[in-house]
Amino acid sequence: MDKQEFLINIENLTLSYENMTVIKDMDFRVTGGDYLCIVGENGSGKSTLVKALLSLKKPVGGTITFGGGLKQNEIGYLPQQTGAQQDFPASVYEVVISGCLNSRGIRPFYSDRERKMTAENMERLGITHLRKRSYRELSGGQQQRVLLARALCATKKLLLLDEPVSGLDPMVTAEMYELIADINRSGVTVIMVTHDISAAMKYASHILCLRQDTWFFGTPGEFLADSSSDFMKGGENNG
Amino acid sequence: MGDIISAFFSTPILFRALIVGILVSLCAALLGVSLVLKRYSMIGDGLSHVGFGALAIAAVMNWAPMVVAVPVVIAAAFLLLRISSSSKIKGDSAIALISTGALAIGVMAVSLSGMNSDLDSYLFGSIYAISDEDVVISVALALLVLVLFVFFYTKIFAITFDESFARATGTKVGTYNMLIALLTALTIVIGMRMMGSMLISSLIIFPALCSMRVFKSFRAVTICSAVISVVTFISGMVISYEFGTPGGASIVCVNIAVFAVFSAVGAVLRRNRA
Ligand SMILES: Nc1ncnc2c1ncn2[C@@H]1O[C@H](COP(=O)(O)OP(=O)(O)OP(=O)(O)O)[C@@H](O)[C@H]1O
Ligand SMILES: [Mg+2]
Repeated sequence: MDKQEFLINIENLTLSYENMTVIKDMDFRVTGGDYLCIVGENGSGKSTLVKALLSLKKPVGGTITFGGGLKQNEIGYLPQQTGAQQDFPASVYEVVISGCLNSRGIRPFYSDRERKMTAENMERLGITHLRKRSYRELSGGQQQRVLLARALCATKKLLLLDEPVSGLDPMVTAEMYELIADINRSGVTVIMVTHDISAAMKYASHILCLRQDTWFFGTPGEFLADSSSDFMKGGENNG
Repeated sequence: MGDIISAFFSTPILFRALIVGILVSLCAALLGVSLVLKRYSMIGDGLSHVGFGALAIAAVMNWAPMVVAVPVVIAAAFLLLRISSSSKIKGDSAIALISTGALAIGVMAVSLSGMNSDLDSYLFGSIYAISDEDVVISVALALLVLVLFVFFYTKIFAITFDESFARATGTKVGTYNMLIALLTALTIVIGMRMMGSMLISSLIIFPALCSMRVFKSFRAVTICSAVISVVTFISGMVISYEFGTPGGASIVCVNIAVFAVFSAVGAVLRRNRA
C-alpha cells in the first residue's frame, strides 16, 4: 500500500486507564474512502479507541498518524452519549452550526459560507423543516440526525460515529445506515462503532473487532473466515 | 413616576447605582445562562461568599476593597472550577466548605474590628457603598465582560451544549471554561457591594431560569435573560426608592414575581402544544 494514501495510521497503539490496559499493541491503517466498522463486546475498548483518535485520550504507547491532509480537528464526531443535557434550550440550527466552529479560529461570528454549509447539511439529512425546533423536544432518531449534520459541518474527510443507532427503532436504524452509506459514497471516510454485526458485514469495507487481549482487522470476508472471531458472529451464544 | 425619574438622574448616588447596576445585571444574566446550564451556579454562590471575606478583610486592614477582592475572587474562581470539574472530589461539598469558610472568616474579621454596622451593608448590599472610583472600575470591568461575552458567544454555546464534541473538534474547552470563571468572578466582585454578597448570585440564576421556562433556543434565552435582568433591576430600584426597602432584596423579590409569571406562561405554552 502506498504510504501517502493513508488517512490514519495506527502503530503499536496501547491505551490504558490508570493501570488497566484496554488496547495493546494495535496496528491498522485507514485509507481515504474506507468504511471501517469497529465491533466488540461492551467494555472492549471501542469508545476508548475513538477518544484516542480524537486526541481526547493520550496513548500510553505507539502512535496515531494522520495523513492525506487530515487535521486532528477536522474529524466529524458523533459521541456515544452527548454531553448535552436533556433540558438544554438550543434550536436545531444552533446545534448544527456549532459544528462549523473548528474551521473558524477566533473570529466571533459565523460567515455566510458556514451558514450555507449548515443549510446544505440540514437539507442532506432531511431536517431543514426542524431548524427552529428545540433540540430537546425531538425524538431520538431526529436528534441523531441533528448530531450527524453537526458532525458533517465539522468535516469533509472523516466521520467518527460511536454507536449512532443505539436506541433507534429498526426502521429509523435502516434509514440512518443508508444515510451514512450515502455520505461514505460521496467520498467521506467513515469509522463507525456498532454492535450490529450484520450491518457491519453489509456496509463496511473493513472490520476491526476488539476482544480481550487481542484484536482482528480485515475485510468482512476475512472476518467471516477468521475462526477466532466466531463468538462475535454467533448471535445468542456469544459471551 | 416623573419624580422618581428625576430623582434618579439628579441624585449622584442613585445615578451611579443605576449605571453600575444595569451593567452588572447584564453581565450576570449573560453569564448566568451558561453557568446554570453547565450546573456551575454553585460556583457563583461560592464566589460571592469568598468576595465577602475578601471585602471584610480589606476593610479591617484599610486596604482598597476592589484591589483586594478582584484577585482573591479570581483565584477562588479557578480553584472552584477545578474542584467542580474533577470527579475525584465531591464538588458541591467542597464548594460549600470554601464558601462558608470564607463567610465565617469575614464575619470574624468584621466583628473583631468592631465595625458591626458595616456588616449589614456587606451582607445585604448598599448603594451608598459605591465610590466614584468604584464606578470607574465597575464600568470598565463590566464593559470588558460584555465585549468578551459577545466575542466568544459561539464558543461559549458550543462548550455549554456539548463539551466533549467541542473538545474533539479542537475547541480549547479548558481555556474557555477559565474565561467563563474569570468573567463570573469579575461580575460578582462588581455587583457584590450593591447587591450584597448574600444576594448577588440571584442576579446570575433568576433571569436564566425564568427565560428557560419559556424560550427554547440558546439565543432567545440569552437575550431574554438580559432583558429580564435589566428590567427587574430597574423595577427593584424604584421599589426600593419608593418604599425604603433594601435595594438587593427588592430586586430579588421582583425576580421571584417574574419567575412565577414565566413559569405560568411556560406551563400554558406546553399544554397548548401538547
Ligand atoms: N474514564 C474511565 N476511567 C477508567 N476506566 C474506564 C474509563 N472509561 C472506560 N473505562 C474502562 O475501559 C474499558 C473500555 O471501555 P470503553 O468505554 O472503551 O468500552 P466500549 O467498547 O466502548 O463499551 P460499550 O460497548 O459499552 O460502549 C472498560 O473496561 C471500562 O470500564
Ligand atoms: Mg462505547
